[in-house]
Amino acid sequence: MTELYPVQLTVNGMAYARTIEPRLLLSDFLRHELGLTGTHVGCEHGSCGACTVLMDGQAVRSCILFAVQADGHEITTVEGLAANSARLHPLQEAFRAAHGLQCGYCTPGFLMTLIPFLEENPTPSEAEIRDALSGNICRCTGYQNIVDAVLKVEIGD
Amino acid sequence: MKPAPFAYFAPRSLDEALALLQEHGYEAKLLAGGQSLIPAMNFRLAQPAALIDINRIDALSFLEPASDGGLRIGAMTRQRTVERSALVAERAPLLHATMPFIAHMQIRNRGTLGGNLAHADPASELPAVMVALGARFRLQSQRGARWVNAADFYVGLFATTLEADEMLVEIAVPPLPPRTGWSIQEIARRRGDYAIVGVAATATLNADGRCHAARLVYLSVGEGPIQAHDAVAALHGQAPTAAVIAAAMRGASQRIEPLGDIHATPAYRRQLIEVLGRRALTEAFARVQPT
Repeated sequence: MTELYPVQLTVNGMAYARTIEPRLLLSDFLRHELGLTGTHVGCEHGSCGACTVLMDGQAVRSCILFAVQADGHEITTVEGLAANSARLHPLQEAFRAAHGLQCGYCTPGFLMTLIPFLEENPTPSEAEIRDALSGNICRCTGYQNIVDAVLKVEIGD
Repeated sequence: MKPAPFAYFAPRSLDEALALLQEHGYEAKLLAGGQSLIPAMNFRLAQPAALIDINRIDALSFLEPASDGGLRIGAMTRQRTVERSALVAERAPLLHATMPFIAHMQIRNRGTLGGNLAHADPASELPAVMVALGARFRLQSQRGARWVNAADFYVGLFATTLEADEMLVEIAVPPLPPRTGWSIQEIARRRGDYAIVGVAATATLNADGRCHAARLVYLSVGEGPIQAHDAVAALHGQAPTAAVIAAAMRGASQRIEPLGDIHATPAYRRQLIEVLGRRALTEAFARVQPT
């Protein structure tokens, strides 16, 4: 057993403290230690984007970050998007309306990539959207309906 | 796809980090952005006994104007910070233009300038760009500090002149000389993928409009940043017409020996060396502002 390290961090506004192995990936920490299984793990080497979460508001890949590195930081996962269980986030609503998913496995990563992108650029062009999404792989949709969802979304209602 | 166990250190100061590096040497890896190291650890291609996480050393993260008109950039400055810096856009437009080619936004949010440069991936844009810009790197250990030219820093596949106890702490990017233009060109199958071939160029004209100096530095064609010295020599003293550039590149592409892999044959890479070199030189010369 390797030495354990204490970490304290905020996830979706809630404070958590755990003692963990330093080799624990942030993606596994979120899923297995905190039970937040909305963050999906695809390739586990930083290529597919499925595990994207926000660290201090910036999109990062949680499978190529150690959870110890998140000590003292603020993490947002897909579970943190909707205000309550009855009402989706406008971006989630737009994905539903435009049918921007099929199997849904990649969707949390797409959403978390788009949140900071749309904060900075609320009315992006199609080319800008495609560029922003270039680090997220979807094997079902062909991306067209995802791009449509982003073109139609109205954040801040 | 889980890393092997390792001892973890998160020093708060450079002194503390250098002491740890001195103690652990090649048994330890420095954890900068981790965007290459952690994937390698997930695959267990890398199994360092210890990780020295330098993300909590604030003193390594800075981006400042240098007195010579260039830039001083701390090794732990995030790639995304470099990408968005108005100062970089103004003082090092080649570096600014290069940043979007590096992987994806999520990677650049974590990835650092120094981590990328010290990793010495032959497919990375930044080492080639730093060689093209004539940048210098400050390497520090408990024994002291030394400055190394980017061109001398790279000595082979993922190999640099860094000693076991040394850390790359700062990058000095000089200003572009007067009458100098630049270009970055690459071919990749998808946005953010490793380039099949890429090239960074800087080119300086003399007052008569003839080539005074140039650098043409390739990525993904050898064990590190590869300079096309022959092409540059063929341009020297010449007015850079399309015919002169084409002739210089025909010769140069015969002297670089790229390997083939799943993405491209050696012949295709050689073709790209010629075509991209021509485009890069043409654009660099066209960008020269008359004085």
